[in-house]
Amino acid sequence: MIADGAEDEEKWLAAGAAAFKQNAFYMQRAIDSNNLKDALKYSAQMLSELRTSKLSPHKYYDLYMRAFDELRKLEIFFMEETRRGCSVIELYELVQHAGNILPRLYLLCTAGSVYIKTKEAPAKEILKDLVEMCRGIQHPLRGLFLRSYLAQISRDKLPDIGSEYEGDADTVTDAVEFVLLNFTEMNKLWVRMQHQGPARDKERREKERGELRDLVGKNLHVLSQLEGVDLDMYRDTVLPRVLEQIVNCRDEIAQYYLIDCIIQVFPDEYHLQTLDVLLGACPQLQPSVDIMTVLSRLMERLSNYAALNAEVLPYFLQVEAFSKLNNAIGKVIEAQEDMPILSAVTLYSSLLKFTLHVHPDRLDYADQVLGSCVKQLSGKGKINDTRATREIVSLLSAPLEKYNDVVIALKLTNYPLVVEYLDNETKRIMATVIIRSIMKNNTLITTAEKVEALLELIKGLINDLDEPQGLEVDEDDFEEEQNSVARLVHMLYNDDTEEMFKIISILKKHFLTGGPKRLKFTIPPLVVSTLKLIRRLPVEGDNPFGKEASVTATKIFQFLNQIIEALPNVPSPDLAFRLYLQCAEAANKCDEEPIAYEFFTQAYILYEEEISDSKAQVTALQLIIGTLQRMHVFGVENRDTLTHKATGYSAKLLKKPDQCRAVYACSHLFWLEDHETIQDGDRVLLCLKRALKIANSAQQMGSNGQGSAGSVTLFIEILNKYLYFYEKGIPQITVESVESLIQLIKNEESMPSDPYAESLFASTLQFMEFQKQKGGAIGDRYEEIKV
Amino acid sequence: MNYLLGAFKPACNVSITFSDGKNRKQVPMKKENGQTALVPLFHSQDTISGKVCIDPYQGKKVEHNGVKVELLGQIEMYFDRGNFYDFTSLVRELDVPGEIYERKTYPFEFPTVEMPYETYNGVNVRLRYALKVTVTRGYSGSILEYQELVVRNYAPLPDINSSIKLEVGIEGCLHIEFEYNKSKYHLKDVILGKIYFLLVRIKMKNMDLEIRRRESTGAGANTHVETETLAKFELMDGTPVRGESIPVRLFLAPYDLTPTHRNINNKYSVKYFLNLVLVDEEDRRYFKQQEITLYRLKEDASA
Repeated sequence: MIADGAEDEEKWLAAGAAAFKQNAFYMQRAIDSNNLKDALKYSAQMLSELRTSKLSPHKYYDLYMRAFDELRKLEIFFMEETRRGCSVIELYELVQHAGNILPRLYLLCTAGSVYIKTKEAPAKEILKDLVEMCRGIQHPLRGLFLRSYLAQISRDKLPDIGSEYEGDADTVTDAVEFVLLNFTEMNKLWVRMQHQGPARDKERREKERGELRDLVGKNLHVLSQLEGVDLDMYRDTVLPRVLEQIVNCRDEIAQYYLIDCIIQVFPDEYHLQTLDVLLGACPQLQPSVDIMTVLSRLMERLSNYAALNAEVLPYFLQVEAFSKLNNAIGKVIEAQEDMPILSAVTLYSSLLKFTLHVHPDRLDYADQVLGSCVKQLSGKGKINDTRATREIVSLLSAPLEKYNDVVIALKLTNYPLVVEYLDNETKRIMATVIIRSIMKNNTLITTAEKVEALLELIKGLINDLDEPQGLEVDEDDFEEEQNSVARLVHMLYNDDTEEMFKIISILKKHFLTGGPKRLKFTIPPLVVSTLKLIRRLPVEGDNPFGKEASVTATKIFQFLNQIIEALPNVPSPDLAFRLYLQCAEAANKCDEEPIAYEFFTQAYILYEEEISDSKAQVTALQLIIGTLQRMHVFGVENRDTLTHKATGYSAKLLKKPDQCRAVYACSHLFWLEDHETIQDGDRVLLCLKRALKIANSAQQMGSNGQGSAGSVTLFIEILNKYLYFYEKGIPQITVESVESLIQLIKNEESMPSDPYAESLFASTLQFMEFQKQKGGAIGDRYEEIKV
Repeated sequence: MNYLLGAFKPACNVSITFSDGKNRKQVPMKKENGQTALVPLFHSQDTISGKVCIDPYQGKKVEHNGVKVELLGQIEMYFDRGNFYDFTSLVRELDVPGEIYERKTYPFEFPTVEMPYETYNGVNVRLRYALKVTVTRGYSGSILEYQELVVRNYAPLPDINSSIKLEVGIEGCLHIEFEYNKSKYHLKDVILGKIYFLLVRIKMKNMDLEIRRRESTGAGANTHVETETLAKFELMDGTPVRGESIPVRLFLAPYDLTPTHRNINNKYSVKYFLNLVLVDEEDRRYFKQQEITLYRLKEDASA
């Protein structure tokens, strides 16, 4: 059906074009022989082909272009005729004898063009006559093309200022009047097109109309090109008239296109000065008009204008551009009741961008926009439209991008209110955007108040929102998000300890309610941040003003304890364990023995109850030993308990080599070089001996099994410990014991060897040799060892 | 040929020349055989003068019972062809009975002749003026020679020339108001006007303005009415909307029009009408006819 239609159309076009060509040929022949009468006759016949109703606009345009070319030739001929003495007035009458109106009017326009050129009558009179006569074509398509022909030929003949056709006073008015009239009529025809033909073809017709819009828009372009259209003229005549036409035509396509056209073709400066007029028209448009795009473009243009020409900014203030736009948007939204939320949001988003560009210093404006947006969103519930949410995200991102400082965004009281309307997914996205902005710009957030506000904003990341079931967040994404939250924690900082503590407390409050999944990401940075704070605390008692410091280490440690306590339930015992040790160390620095002890206890409990994997145990134990070794705050009793416990753990490890290594590591717990109180050679030796014993049994187990290569390494490692303590001069570590150990290793060496062990042993020996060479006290001690 | 037919030909050649023949304007006139010939143009009150020349053929003499020239104004109805009704008949005797041996010229003159009607060539009727020269002969039949004239009469500018304005329509379907700037137009005039659409509920294809001529001949029961459309001038293409006004500008010059004739000698009338025709998409025609009066304006007066 449709294919047939297209085929038929091709045929019709071909037939029309053929007849056209033939008559064009005869016309040319008549022109060549200077036969005016025949030229008119054949040109009229030729133009009759344009009377067809069978062609689509596209094909009709094809024919029209041919006519246009031919009419140029005719025009030249007319011009020559007048030079030869043919009166142009007569010519103007002669062409009107044609019986059919369409050819007649094409000829009339052509003759009119010549008439104007001869200047025998004022251009304005002729133009007025032409534009009036063209009313005879009421068929939309044919009328549009005819009038577009008129516009085309008259373009260079308008009595504009500075034009050679300029008449007496007020001549520009005539030019403007002419173009406006032609525009109005063309628009009417264009709008009317939609009612042509059966309703089922509506869609196709709308498409065809779209193709024709430039014919109409061209008039506005011509207007904008007129020298004489200055701001006054534009404000007083052009704009009101054009808008009147646009509003009155009540057609969606036309209104959308033409408003946009106005915005695009006339200078920004004019828009700025006529903002209220232009905006006043917007609420009067049809509800289906995509006003948001139009206004967005306007605001975009104005913001660009402001951005490029700083000197015009005062004008923006002078005309109160912002409040006008804001009002207009409000009215438009009011007028278009069923405007989709997307449109409203887009509008506000554009307005926000506008105000950010034009009035970067007026934060209240931005807040006002957000406020209006909230008002609009309220009562609509959460937004489900994905495009709308995307638009809101862009709306909310705008201030961040502009100021590069989230602190400013936090000042916008309506900001979080807007966020409220997002769905959970989008809230998260928005939160990520905010955090990214903070990170990118290294913005420090320094007050508890702001932190509170910020956390409110990024709630999506911090709390489990009432997520609908079955909507699981991708694991990787989640991790990524939480990592960003973790990074964020470090941007919340204040030099003042009290304020900092407040910040931390707020964080804690939020994090602890954030659900178990998040804790393992959020707690560590919080703990680290807190520990940093502790380090900054003034040493206790060192308070010259006698003021009771509200933030004391004790308080903070309590606080820490509370946070970490949350972790094992998550369950993330491993993490909690490490954090306890960290805290213990911090407490150590602050000389808080009971607290440090408490932390250790917690760590031990976790070790006992929660850490069951043998490898994890080894690592954990190493941590315990390492931390404990550095502790100096403990009294003898506490220390004994803890070390005892640690050695106990060591011996209970599953694998022999692990046991061995843990035990010899424990030896360090009894000998702290800088602390006279903790120098217990006997226990050191005890540990080492036990390690040897374990290594021995490991060797025996190994010889039954897959060789003893591993155990040799253990021996060498123990030898190294021996050497260490020997070097420290612990009396219990004797030359003999070292020597016998070396001997033992050497014996073992004869066994099938292990390259690692060999090299380790070799370098150990080399080290001893090196120490010997050094001389001095240490060298002397090494001298004693006979290898 | 001449020699062969000589025996049947009249014995002399009669010709009529006008004294101002060289300067007098000539206008084309369609003859009965369909050809167009140039014919001298006269106006009422003109003096018609000239010469009649009788030139006997070589070696022949013309015996006659007198020579006369007549100025005839005749009306011929085509249903009664050949039967002329003379409304004007003026005679000048040119010669007493006698014989003509050689070329002889007679001057004649009809001073200030009243020729109230214009020459008219219609569908059913013809009004003509002619000079008729008769060489009366007793036995061999008279020799007749005709010379056609065209008479045109100028009318003064009408005192009252009001515009035609009318509102017409079909209930709930189409309502228009039209206006022609005058009711009386001269033959080179321009009809200006506009058609204003008050209500449009039909889809229109186009709108034409026609000039129609109605010729009625005879009287009473024998009246014949013949209507011709002389001009069809497209005014509008497509369907307008309410409130649209379409301009009318029709130059009358290219059309072959005559002035309006009213009851010429009780024989015939010629009237002109403007017919506004709207054609809808189903090719139905809606029309309204308005009479206009056409008159002939003296050419330099119209400029």
